[in-house]
Amino acid sequence: MNRREFIKRMAAASAITAAVAMFPGIVFAKEQMQNLPDGDILWKKSPCRFCGVGCGLKIGLQEGKAVAVKGDPESSVNKGLCCVKGYHSVMALYAKDRLTKPLVRKNGKLVETSMEEALDLVASKMQGTIDKHGKNAVSMYGSGQWTIPDGYVASKFMKGAIGTNNLEANARLCMASAVTGFLSSFGMDEPMGCYEDIDHADVFVLWGNNMAEMHPVLFSRMLDQRMQRKNVKIIDLATRTTRTSTASDRSILFKPQTDLAIANAICYEIINNGWMDTGFVKNHCTIKKGKTNIGYGLEDKFAFKDEAKGIDFEEFKEFLKDYKPEDIQELTGVSAKDIKYLAYLYGSPNQKVTSFWCMGMNQHTRGTWINNLVYNIHLLVGKISTPGNSPFSLTGQPSACGTVREVGTLTHKLPHGVVMNEKDRKMAAEIWKVPVENIQPKPSLHTVEMFRALDRGDVRFMWIQVTNPMVTMPKLKRYREAAQKDDRFIVVSDVYPTPTTDIADVVLPSAMWIEREGMYGNSERRTQHFDQLVDAPGESMSDTWQIIEVARRMGFEKLFPWTYDNHIEEIWKEYSLFHKGKKHGMVPLEVLKSEPGAQWPYVDGKSTKWRFHGKYDPACSKGDTYDFYGKPEGKAWIWARPYEPAPEEQDQEYPFLLNTGRVVEHWHTGSMTRRIPVLHQAVPNGYVELHPEDAKIMGVRNGEKVKLTSRRGEIELPASINERGKPVRGHVFVPFFDEGLLINELTLDAFCPISKQPDYKKCAIKVGKA
Amino acid sequence: MPIKSYLVFPHVGKKEILIETLGDLNWCEILPSENKELIVLVTDTKNENEEEKCFKIINTIPALDHLTLVSGFEENANNVNK
Repeated sequence: MNRREFIKRMAAASAITAAVAMFPGIVFAKEQMQNLPDGDILWKKSPCRFCGVGCGLKIGLQEGKAVAVKGDPESSVNKGLCCVKGYHSVMALYAKDRLTKPLVRKNGKLVETSMEEALDLVASKMQGTIDKHGKNAVSMYGSGQWTIPDGYVASKFMKGAIGTNNLEANARLCMASAVTGFLSSFGMDEPMGCYEDIDHADVFVLWGNNMAEMHPVLFSRMLDQRMQRKNVKIIDLATRTTRTSTASDRSILFKPQTDLAIANAICYEIINNGWMDTGFVKNHCTIKKGKTNIGYGLEDKFAFKDEAKGIDFEEFKEFLKDYKPEDIQELTGVSAKDIKYLAYLYGSPNQKVTSFWCMGMNQHTRGTWINNLVYNIHLLVGKISTPGNSPFSLTGQPSACGTVREVGTLTHKLPHGVVMNEKDRKMAAEIWKVPVENIQPKPSLHTVEMFRALDRGDVRFMWIQVTNPMVTMPKLKRYREAAQKDDRFIVVSDVYPTPTTDIADVVLPSAMWIEREGMYGNSERRTQHFDQLVDAPGESMSDTWQIIEVARRMGFEKLFPWTYDNHIEEIWKEYSLFHKGKKHGMVPLEVLKSEPGAQWPYVDGKSTKWRFHGKYDPACSKGDTYDFYGKPEGKAWIWARPYEPAPEEQDQEYPFLLNTGRVVEHWHTGSMTRRIPVLHQAVPNGYVELHPEDAKIMGVRNGEKVKLTSRRGEIELPASINERGKPVRGHVFVPFFDEGLLINELTLDAFCPISKQPDYKKCAIKVGKA
Repeated sequence: MPIKSYLVFPHVGKKEILIETLGDLNWCEILPSENKELIVLVTDTKNENEEEKCFKIINTIPALDHLTLVSGFEENANNVNK
């Protein structure tokens, strides 16, 4: 057998193994199963580097390099499947312009230096800024792509050692509304269900979630279920037609922001038709209302605090009367018939329903509210916390949950609890062995406000790791100019040159993914460990170790006493102390090393698949029933939240609405995937999707340049008509992966006043032929 | 020199015609399941352009419901650039 034939047989073996994992009992012809090679390649497990699904991969190693990838059939996440990004992931390690040496800006140019000198400079500049302007003049901005150890040492360094809460992460831009949604409805963050819900649900309702492109492996699992079980339905409730819409059983298009009204109308219908689970609501829920007309955060130093007031069921029913399906048709663009159909799907007692959402609901100026409202639907019908009945917020990054939400790398968070809570501060101080006074009791700057503070001069030093804010920040021009002001010092740790390294004063080359040891935590509370499998190039160093090196240079050696060989193990042990107990117990390292991940709460050697029900969750204390133990009395909160409009709507001057997002081939800003030839060639540049009628009126043909202008900036990019996605009349869609076509020059930095997460899905623009 | 493997799902009742159609394509090797509506497909193409062409053709086959990538191997994986 020649080498090529050998590789083909290996590829066939991987696919057959995946098929067996997905379809137990499947049979292939005997001759096809014979002589399938295991390979001369050494296969090691790792979670995927890219999205929040957290697929288990097997990485093929040969001569010290990662040369192949296959889905891990042992992983319950992907059962041997793999998407186009996952398969090509190892190629992202080896592009020619990989950063391998530290760079320091001298006379306006970045020049190479040694790692020792670069780390010395970072430490001295950070200390110098603190000495001159105070500790709140320094900040750190990390990522949902940080490993758990990266985020943990960042939190300990900033909050425990330096004593500032100026720590944020890019998950503020993608998941913050999910967090505040969970906290306000259930008192605890992260989904109650797991991906196994896909195997049990009869109906999937996707709320503004293009899963076919953003979570392709989970979408494949849903399609597979639909093939196996004829009663399975997939409903795409969205603002534009996508690949998800065309693969779904029903596509329902709504006007942006009106998901709030639709969710309330579904609740109205459920109650009106007697589909409410009265016993469940009475025993396990309490009803609240919060403040209204809560603003959009457009001004600097915007402040808002919600206030929950109890209301009774009759008041809630009265509130819902404004959302009769027939009365909101014009507002939402959805027929009363379709809203009633959705209500029927949720309300029908014999159907298990799972709702999925991601950026459509979270990047929303009322993001917390719409999260609350979808929970309302599930709570009213008692379809929650049992297999197949799941309101499920998906994440976009490999460790947005594991690092940002669980470790707590946001201004208000600690590894356990929040800085505002004295008990939580004391716990952190005790574990970190720092005076409790070091930990500041007030949150400081959320992401948008941190960059505004950089502009104002309140923040003078910023260390950015594993993220590319000079592509992703909304209203980008203001924040790019802020970073380039005199007397600002920007450190960027990354693996490739980006628009963010372009504005850096120091660039630190990072060891990426399997070039170091680490852990990620995915959307379903699953922690996954990976070993260092290959050497990092040049002087690259893990983000964890970079922070430790700088902290030691600033005099905090005692807080970071570990050796390079044992630091990941010691960090995991220390971090696990924060989450002891049945509600959030973390998985022992030896288990993580031997299995393709496990789910917290990890109790008595078992993952918890469904939280808040005594049958599945050992933390429940009410017997074989529901216990929403994050809230007083173990009751979940149903919220009366109204529809309120977006801050910027179409008008005569700006008659189009801009929506931004992603494509399946590219990971976020494309800094890795655009360096993988097959992915780059598949989608080489940004584009604007237009409705064909709009294009016709403007005389624009496919591929022709179109100019988009908002109140904040303008951009020219090629038109895409009737290709991948199709917006409705008066709307356009632009993906944000192309650093050469920065769509965030146009977007608005309005955010949800509760979560502080910006809305990238709605701003007014004008469109014309370039 | 990409080699990839997929799980391929036909539309209901279209497995045989899908096997036949895929079997006619030069780049494709197929391993049909004997008892499920599923086919394992291995594609072997000379370069990325050919792979893209192959993928486009496969995606236009009417009998195809959907396909899912499982694994692959890129012999020139170390020679990539932006």
